[in-house]
Amino acid sequence: MSAPGAPVPITPASPAGAETLKKETRPPSRSSLLERQRVRSAWMFLLPTLVVLAGVAGWPLLRTFWFAFTDANLSDLEAAQYVGVDNFILVMEDPTWWRSVWNTFRFTGVSVALETVLGMLIALTLNTRFPGRGIMRAAVLVPWAIPTVVSARMWGWMFHDIYGVINAMLLSVGLLSQPMAWTADPELSMAAIIAVDVWKTTPFMALLLLAALQMLPEEIYEAAKLDGANRVRVFFQITLPLIRGPMLVAIIFRVLDALRVFDLFYVLTTNSSESMSMAVYARQQMFEFQDLGLGAAAASLLFAVIALFTVAYLSLARVTAEEGA
Amino acid sequence: MDNALRNAFRDALRNTLMGLALAGALVTHNRAEAATVTISCGTVGQEFEQCRKGAEAWAKKAGHQVKVESGPTDASEQLTVFQQQLSAGASEIDVYRVDVVWPGILGAHFIDLKPYIPAEVLSQHFPAIVQNNTVEGKLVAMPWFTDAGLLYYRQDLLEKHGQKPPTTWQELAEVAKLVQDAERKAGNTKMVGFVFQAKAAETLTCNALEWVDSFRGGTIVSDEGKVTINNPKAVEALRTAASWIDTIAPKGVLSYEEEDARGVFQSGNAVFMRNWPYAWALANAPDSPVKGKVAVMALPKGGKDGKHTGTLGGWQLSVSKYSKNPAIAADLVKYLTSPEEQKRRALEASFNPTLISLYKDPDLLKANPFYATLLETFTNAVARPSKVTGPKYSRVSADFRNAVHTVLSGRGKPEEQLKKLQTKLERLSRRGKW
Repeated sequence: MSAPGAPVPITPASPAGAETLKKETRPPSRSSLLERQRVRSAWMFLLPTLVVLAGVAGWPLLRTFWFAFTDANLSDLEAAQYVGVDNFILVMEDPTWWRSVWNTFRFTGVSVALETVLGMLIALTLNTRFPGRGIMRAAVLVPWAIPTVVSARMWGWMFHDIYGVINAMLLSVGLLSQPMAWTADPELSMAAIIAVDVWKTTPFMALLLLAALQMLPEEIYEAAKLDGANRVRVFFQITLPLIRGPMLVAIIFRVLDALRVFDLFYVLTTNSSESMSMAVYARQQMFEFQDLGLGAAAASLLFAVIALFTVAYLSLARVTAEEGA
Repeated sequence: MDNALRNAFRDALRNTLMGLALAGALVTHNRAEAATVTISCGTVGQEFEQCRKGAEAWAKKAGHQVKVESGPTDASEQLTVFQQQLSAGASEIDVYRVDVVWPGILGAHFIDLKPYIPAEVLSQHFPAIVQNNTVEGKLVAMPWFTDAGLLYYRQDLLEKHGQKPPTTWQELAEVAKLVQDAERKAGNTKMVGFVFQAKAAETLTCNALEWVDSFRGGTIVSDEGKVTINNPKAVEALRTAASWIDTIAPKGVLSYEEEDARGVFQSGNAVFMRNWPYAWALANAPDSPVKGKVAVMALPKGGKDGKHTGTLGGWQLSVSKYSKNPAIAADLVKYLTSPEEQKRRALEASFNPTLISLYKDPDLLKANPFYATLLETFTNAVARPSKVTGPKYSRVSADFRNAVHTVLSGRGKPEEQLKKLQTKLERLSRRGKW
């Protein structure tokens, strides 16, 4: 889901990992010799990963930050000069940028909400015992396994206004009276993009939720059954609170991924200034207009949005976790 | 006697050895010379196939290896890829396929082809293109094939409904509407009047420039660098084009590129199509549903006092400065742009030669009967303002096509959009100094 070549930032560590690490490195008080040895060997094992991360993620990221403060041009990188925050001001003044921010947030909100609800329904279904469950579990993952550009292109053809299969289907069942130009209109193409993203990533959501559901102990459900609780009540009062943690992790995964969306917008819209995502905007400045500085500033802002979101989410999650404890 | 024999034997041995050594040297010499050259080919219509054919014919003749690469169909997307490769100094691609608006943008990365192409050969090509490809006295690109927008129409349908080919856009809209409605009534529900390319990509810049120029509304930015797009003629042109959407053109054209439009036209679902000359050979291919039913003409005029025009397109071949075998790559360029190869491509796939003499070639006129009138279209073709705006051309083009796209999709009035565009471009140019 990342832009080709564009240094769109990736958040390095998952929040789940961060939490477990914190728990381990925060022992009650006195640290024994053994404890210190364990910490040291943990760092030894982590070191190669950290070096690789610094090389493939840290360095490009820092370089992007640096370019954001220069007037670097793709045709001559050597001539780049420091210009302060000019690029950031230019990006902030551009209505196209704000339009792309709005597009990205709208896409993220709607698609992640739909994916969570649908993913939960699928996970609950797959969690029950029925013949052929194994095959079903494998089958739902197929859309997720297809590279996004490929599925976007495929859906692009299906959405074609004259010979696309979607219009043909809707026309034949009478839902439409004349073909719709799905990818031509900014509003319709947003709906099309969300539909494709839901189709593609709901399985991922379902899989994470299913893993959480499978960890729940059977006994609670048996007890609930004996108490005579109905299914809806069991779901909202037992299942949902118990899988809240993993569910929030799954949601933040999807949100972070959705915020840096590139290929769906790029393939399934007209690419006009009205239908860009933040990553598409950054790419256009950087490569199409060769304005590496301005593009880097846009990419840095995108990174800042994602980082802010992560920090806010983590602190929020910690507060609610402490309240719950 | 014994001595003489021994001498003779020694001589024979020496000669044989020398011969072997020489032969060996020749073989190894040949092996060192046989290089692999990579060329980036286009992918619109039959381009890739034809490019590979030509390149492989050269490889066989010259005793080298050739690798063909393909890229995106959209020109500005391809430019993006090339800019990244070239600014990184990558030597993977030796020969680049360059759009007519790129020499100013990419020229610094290409070698001067003058030492490889004799002056008398160069003078046989369209002078305007050669001049376009000459940057600071260096021939950075060799003309390969040229393009201008053309109007394709279904001769059979026009005859069936008793209509004449249109000379103005107004007439086109009337004829298209009439034929479209009649055909739909007759049960052909998918029929549309007119398809063109209005996706917010470089191709929309070409389409829209044609409308503006046909109304005599100028070329966005004048040769002197003045921003001229906000004028009543341009407003009229855009208003005319916007009136086609949802009446004679499907709303989907707002996301069409060349091949989307051709798909609709060639499957028999459109009366008129604006496209480049390459579509001719494909529309008349043996498996084409509209084979033998299509005619081509110059694009309509914008009103009575307008003019027939077409945006000048076309592709050139350049050799990368970072190529490991520039001389061999230049030889490939020389071969692909030669009269024989250009004629073959024109015969098989209706790619327009850049050599003036080929437009009088009887074989070509037989295969592409529209070539005679095309020569006139090429002389009247309107160039995009890429030379005067230089490296800022991409931004100018993007701002222009976004304004046009907003008007076409009914989200803005032509007057206000062009006024905004004028302000934007003037700021971009720092008051006409680009």
